[in-house]
Amino acid sequence: MSKNFRSASGPVLALDRVSLNVAEGEFVCLVGASGCGKTTLLNIIAGLEKPDSGTVLADGKPITGPGRERLVMFQEPALFPWLDVFGNVLFGLKLKPNLTNKDRRDVAKYYLELVGLSRFEHANIHELSGGMKQRVSLARALAPNPRVLLMDEPFAALDALTREQLYGDIQEIWKARRKTIVFVTHNVREAACLGDRVLLFSPHPGRVQEEFTVELPRPRDINSVDLAAYATRITKALKSFGHAGATVTG
Amino acid sequence: MKRFLLAASFFATLLLLWEAAHRAKIWSPVLLPSPGQVVRYLESAAADGTLAKATVITMRRLVVGYLIGLVMGLPLGLLTARWKLFHDTIGTLALGLQTLPSVCWVPLALLWFGQTEAAMLFVVVMGTLWSVVIATETGVRNVPPIYRRAALTMGSKRLHMWFKVILPAALPFIVSGMKQGWAFAWRSLMAAEIFVTILSGFGLGQLLHYGRELNAMEQVIGIMIVIIVIGLLADKIFFSPVERFLHRRWGTSQA
Repeated sequence: MSKNFRSASGPVLALDRVSLNVAEGEFVCLVGASGCGKTTLLNIIAGLEKPDSGTVLADGKPITGPGRERLVMFQEPALFPWLDVFGNVLFGLKLKPNLTNKDRRDVAKYYLELVGLSRFEHANIHELSGGMKQRVSLARALAPNPRVLLMDEPFAALDALTREQLYGDIQEIWKARRKTIVFVTHNVREAACLGDRVLLFSPHPGRVQEEFTVELPRPRDINSVDLAAYATRITKALKSFGHAGATVTG
Repeated sequence: MKRFLLAASFFATLLLLWEAAHRAKIWSPVLLPSPGQVVRYLESAAADGTLAKATVITMRRLVVGYLIGLVMGLPLGLLTARWKLFHDTIGTLALGLQTLPSVCWVPLALLWFGQTEAAMLFVVVMGTLWSVVIATETGVRNVPPIYRRAALTMGSKRLHMWFKVILPAALPFIVSGMKQGWAFAWRSLMAAEIFVTILSGFGLGQLLHYGRELNAMEQVIGIMIVIIVIGLLADKIFFSPVERFLHRRWGTSQA
């Protein structure tokens, strides 16, 4: 699968002639300072925004709008407060044709178990902690079995301990389900921990400046020394763009 | 239990004070009947069926008018939320008319419809409609855009989006608008019934009015109590359970 994308959007150049290809089953991280256009790129891939020039191709076909082959996990949990946990995971499944209701319920149960929240299927959203909410979001995004999972700083609002746990979980799930994942973050360590490839963005206008391939065995530990070495190299490269906006927090 | 006892003793004290004031004869007993007289009036009115008949007539006007107001108000609110044209026209109209006390519709309704049930219905609909339109619009406009975006990526659009995402998300606003609409409708209906005698049926407001004409204070107070009780019951039976559900789901504090 490939995505080709070239764009200049609006009077402010959010993304300037960005081009990238993502292979099937690949885990790609987009790193850059706030406002460098990486979220815009993700939204365009999701079909929520349109590029002013250029195209995004999924399986060789241009993306014209949102679709359930490309699901998004947002930074703030976009869970629906009028549904319980199970209802939220079921939401996308109900829109998927050619399934019986029993299939849908079974799939929802499977993914809730995968993220370790089976016991909370009837909980209300506001009763969950931040980390649990993002787990539900993950289950909801995975349940309709998308080809591509787009993640927009999904762990940015969580505390460090919860985040570390989720790094482990997401790697395991990625290994088990072999999704293509495009992961946006401003956290260099996070990117090095999760990505096969890390693309560095520079802001004003948004451009892909450099690309790192992370060759560390999985599952990776965010605190390992090897990973820290990668993170240092990436940070150095980011700073060389003249914008020291990215953070190197664990 | 303790709360219940405290509340019960509060109301018992009120009744005692009332009885004491009646016995002290500070005011003429015609103007201040005893609680016992009021109860006896209510008993006799219940026994000969006037009370039940009036209550049914009033409730029928209220419920039918209220439902018409809802059925018209919800779609209008959605239209004003969705399209600028409707927002600038119907939305502005709703905002203006909502500030108009709904009893002000009574003279107009009488001239248009005469002393008919239609006049009553019209007043109730006008009391309900604009609150519901405004609440629905506010609710829809306050739906966080992220819900829409999340639903879009999962393949929700058009009708599914409206019924499964936007309306449920706006529900807390819509329910409070429905409650306000109910209160306005109830007030305006009582005003209309007191002002206007309609031969097709005597409602509670008319009983109140005739209580005054006949100087029957126990009837006036008795009917007032019935009106209060109906208002309380409507709240407890229809709105409280819905509000409790919303508070539980959304995690908003219970006021």
